[in-house]
This record gives sequence, structure tokens and C-alpha cells, in this order.
Amino acid sequence: MDASTIIEILNSSVRLATPLLLACLAGLYSERAGIFDIGLEGKMLTAAFFSAAVAVASGSAWLGLLAGVVSALALSGLHGVASITFRGNQLISGVALNFLAAGMTVLVAQSWFGQGGRTPSLQAGARFTPVDLPFARALADTPVVGPVYSGFVSGHTLLVYIAVLAVPLTWWVLYRTRLGLRLRAVGENPGAVDTAGVSVIRLRYMAVAICGVLCGIAGSHMATALQAGFVKDMTAGRGFIALAALIFAKWRPWQALGACLLFGFLEAVAVRYQNLSLGGITIPVQLMDALPYILTVIILAGFVGKAIPPAAGGIPYSKEA
Amino acid sequence: MRELPQWVDVIVVPVVSLLLAAVISALVILAIGEDPVLALQTMVSGALGSSYGWGYTLYYTTNFIFTGLAVSVAFQARLFNIGGEGQAMVGGLGLALACLYLPLPHWILALPVAMLAAFIFGAAWAALPAWLQARRGSHVVITTIMFNFIAAALLNYLLVNALRPPDSMDPATAQFPGGTHLPTLADLFAVFGIGFAKSAPVNVSLIVALAACFGVWLLMWRTRLGFALRAYGNSETAASYAGISPYRMIMVAMLISGGLSGCMAINNVMGEAERLVLNATEGAGFIGIAVALMGRSHPVGVILAALLFGFLFQGGAELALWTSIPRELIVVIQALVILFTGALDNMVRGGIGFVRDVAHTLREAPERQGKG
Repeated sequence: MDASTIIEILNSSVRLATPLLLACLAGLYSERAGIFDIGLEGKMLTAAFFSAAVAVASGSAWLGLLAGVVSALALSGLHGVASITFRGNQLISGVALNFLAAGMTVLVAQSWFGQGGRTPSLQAGARFTPVDLPFARALADTPVVGPVYSGFVSGHTLLVYIAVLAVPLTWWVLYRTRLGLRLRAVGENPGAVDTAGVSVIRLRYMAVAICGVLCGIAGSHMATALQAGFVKDMTAGRGFIALAALIFAKWRPWQALGACLLFGFLEAVAVRYQNLSLGGITIPVQLMDALPYILTVIILAGFVGKAIPPAAGGIPYSKEA
Repeated sequence: MRELPQWVDVIVVPVVSLLLAAVISALVILAIGEDPVLALQTMVSGALGSSYGWGYTLYYTTNFIFTGLAVSVAFQARLFNIGGEGQAMVGGLGLALACLYLPLPHWILALPVAMLAAFIFGAAWAALPAWLQARRGSHVVITTIMFNFIAAALLNYLLVNALRPPDSMDPATAQFPGGTHLPTLADLFAVFGIGFAKSAPVNVSLIVALAACFGVWLLMWRTRLGFALRAYGNSETAASYAGISPYRMIMVAMLISGGLSGCMAINNVMGEAERLVLNATEGAGFIGIAVALMGRSHPVGVILAALLFGFLFQGGAELALWTSIPRELIVVIQALVILFTGALDNMVRGGIGFVRDVAHTLREAPERQGKG
């Protein structure tokens, strides 16, 4: 395995980790505020479709992104109404949203484009294209720095950089701002937040909205950067891998970055080598596919440090109780 | 707002939820430029208009009874088992191994043996998430989701690499031997001289599924164990105080739940395909969630809700065949049913309660005026 192959696998790991990371951070905001969200998958899928559809129609990737974010926000709103306002079961609401997304995207795609539940392929202008960071070209031929900076750091789409920057931002918001403190508090002890005169409902809706925006970017990345258009069920369980990464990271932003890069790397390797052979033992591609889930179960089992969710997660808040 | 009477809770709430889902589905059909009335007619005639249609409707119903019962039993103990899909897949694996490698000369013998294998494999796939919940406190919803994906990968691996006959390209097992062939409903009806579509896949599993409903009813409402399970579901602290072991309740509920999901294989794997194919479950494990919610986790409700989803599934297939409405409409309806009966339950109840209170006030208003 030479240096260029390694750079290539790393590049593809980062690209594949980006939607996971965005969705994972989305889940982080929501779950840290006490709203479980197993509907990440559905929101990503919806955003993927609407971003692709609008990008096709308008020829603009940015309008696509906007549409993706708005559509994911709409689903978030529904999740909020069900789980915050009507104090319904958050898990069941998430399940419902996933199915709603899976069905509606195909239904609308068929009705708008008539291509069996997909959008037409996006033209160059309607996609997010790789950005060259400053000096990337000039440094390309330098040894060591060249491959690392020009080959790996530079040349991703804008959304990849946004995703990576979202990690320190999330850390800062969560641990260094008043909003972050309140968000974390509302997920651990909403009664205390309420007693302090801060609206639990408002905070939780805010968290769910941030979750929608990030899922929207994640889905748009899949349809308008990673691929050129929407196909039926294109998220293919990534929302659940993001959920797995969130647990793996124990609901913390930097660890989420690590978990998503790991899972992205596993996917990149699985895509590149159908059957990976390591010193005479052949690892089947199916094991690589299942590895994120297996690792998460092991973490959940608490054998490698216990994953403890926010204390008030999943419990609807009512003043009387 | 006062409590709703039980009959409202059991009948009116699900019916209103269903109506809401139907109205929104009709609006969706209108929005994509199709005719909802025509769509409904197509579905009814396709799913219920012939014994062939009924044959498919009841075949799907059988699947959904098993998965719906599975989710219901877990719900009774306040556990949300999302893993029905994976458990049904692994149950299919157990059933396929039994059918392929055990000498089973006649279906009378093959059915109980294969069903036992399917139950054990399905229960085994639920066992680890159950144990993790009971002993390590890992959320059963998350672990069962993870186990669905692991099951899919496992089945994919086994079908491609181990169980596929060498001369076949198809990722599926060999055809099961003839002795494991289950009689179809047409075969059974023929005994009594009643004609029924021969090509429809509904088979003797339907009767087994109905028996399973009765069995679950007996277990949950007529035995000490069932009482303990329901008591645990109602209040863990009260149950613990009464000496009911939470560990035991979680394990028992999840093992029965997983086993019931696994038993679905006697219908789709043994009764229909007669070999194990990739993705044999077709999402039936997830439909079980909608069925259990709609059926209020009661066997009778499960039968009715499973029949409804059987109708939707077959009707949806007909819809895709005769109109340009894709089959995914069913997924949307399924989502709406889950949303209204599950997540927005309080909204529906609140609405019904509000209507009742308004009606009550209107009825009393003239009386009060008369007195004044």
C-alpha cells in the first residue's frame, strides 16, 4: 500500500464521515436537551431528496442546500410537536418520521420526475464542488507537505469543512455559553431549569431545530456533494450509524468527530476492498458493514467505559409531575 | 380534562387515528395528482375483490400478526422492541437450517419442528439486547436497532458465502425438501369442497398465527407470568416491591417477543418462498410496530390491525400495478398510523375529550337556562 492509496482512503473516509458527523452532532444537540431522536435517518433522507430536487430545478447547489435544511426542519418541527408539545413517545415519533421520509421521498420523486423514485442527475453547477484551499496548487509538489496539505486537507467540498468546523463550535456552544449550559441542564434536570424561570419547551424546541438544520446539511451533502442526485433510500442506514457514533462518543462533540471518522474509515475500506485480507485471514465485507453497530453494542454494554445518556432523555416534561 | 372511558380508549382512539391517517393519505394522493377515490377502489378490488386478492391479503396478515404480537408482548412489559425485523430474519435462518438439514418427511412434523427452530433463533437474537437492558441498563431500543443491521449483514454473509448452493448465483438457500411443503389455504378448503385461489400464498400458518394470538392472550391475561409481565409494565417499582424480578421480566418478555417475530418465518420462508432468500422479511418486523400500536397491544386488536395492514400491503401492490402511485404510499400510511396512534396519541385523545366536553356542555346548557 503506497502513500497515494493511503491518502485516497483517508480522503474517502473524510467524505463519507461528513454526513455521519453532521447527523451525529444534530443528534447530540437534541439528545443533550433530553429529546431522543432516532429519526436522524429520516431527516437526512428528506433533506437529500429536497436538496437534489431543488438543485435540479434551479441549477443552484445553494438553493438545494436551503431546501434540504427547510425540509429537515419541517420534520424536526413535527418531532417537536409530538414529543415536546403533546408529550408523546419520542422513540415512536422517530420511527414514524423515518417511515414518513422513506415513503414520501419516493412518492414525491415519482410525481415530480417520473423516474421511479429518483431525481435526474445533477449538472456540475448544481453540485458542491471541491474547494482548493490557498496555496494547495503551489505546494502540491513539495514532499510530505504536498500530499498531506494539497492531497488530503485541501480539495474537499465546502460542506466537509463546515462539518469539521461544527465540532469546535458545538464544543464551545455546549460548554462555554449560557445556551449550552441550559441545553445540557434541560437534558439532565428540566425541573431545575423550569424553577430557574427558563422555558423548558423553548429550549427543547431550539435543540430540535438545530438538529433539523444539521441533518439538513448532512442530507444535502449526500445528494449534492457526495453523489449527483437523489436515489431511493440513499441514506441507507447512515442516520443509525450516526446514532451509533453518538453513543460511541458518549454524547460529546470531539469524541463524535473521532467516532464518525472511524466509522467513515470503515465504510471507505469496505467500499474499496470487497474482501479485505489481513495476513491470510479474509475479512468479509459484511463484517465491515456491521462493525459500527457491533462496536456500539460493545460500548453500550459498558465493557469499555459506560455510555450513560442524559438523565432526562426520552422523558416528556410536564410541570405537574 | 377527565379520563376517557375504556371503550373510547380501545375503539374510538384507534379509529379516529386511522381516519386522520386516511384523510392525510388522501390529501397526499391528491397532491401528487392522482384520484384518491379511484386509488381506494383499486386497493379494495385488488385486495378483497377476489379469493386471489384475499389469499395475498391474508398471507401478509399472517406475517403482521406474528410481528405485531411480538411488539405487543414487549409493549405490555413496557419494552420497545424495534428489533422484530432482525429477529424475523434470524428466525428464518433457524427455520431454513431445520428444513434443510433435519429429516422431516411430512409437514405435520416439519411445521412444529421448524417453528420451534424459528422461535429459538428469533429469541436468541433478542436475548443479548434483553440481557444488556436487564443487566447493564443499555437501552433496548438502540441495541435492537443495532441488531437489525447486524442480522442483515449476517444473513447477507451466510446466504452469499455459506448457504448458497454452489451452482447458483442467487444469494439464497437451496429449495427446501418436499416434505416441508405446507398446505395452502386452497388445499385446506378443498377438503371441505370450498374453492379458493390456488396460486395465492396464504397457508396453514394463518391458523397457527391465530392460535398464537389465543396463546398470547392466555399467557398475558390468564397466567401468573402474564400478570407479572403486565404488572412490571405498569409500574416497575410496584412490581419490584411485590417480589417480581425486573431482570426476569425483561428477559422473558424479550425472548417471547423475539421468538414470535422469528415464528413469522413459517409463513414467509416455509409457506411461501420454500427457501431462504435475501431480505425475506420485507419490512414486516417494522409493520409490527404499527400493528401493535393500532391494536392497543391486545391480541384481538393485533388481528384486526394486521388484517388492515395486510389489506394495505396487498392493495398497495395492486395500486403500483394499475396506477402510477408507487408502492411507497403504504409506507406513508404506515408512518401516519404510527404517528397518530403512537406519538400523537395525546393529541388524538385531547381532541376526542374536547369534542366530548363541548357536546356535554351544549347538552346541559338549555337545562341550566330552564332552571334559571
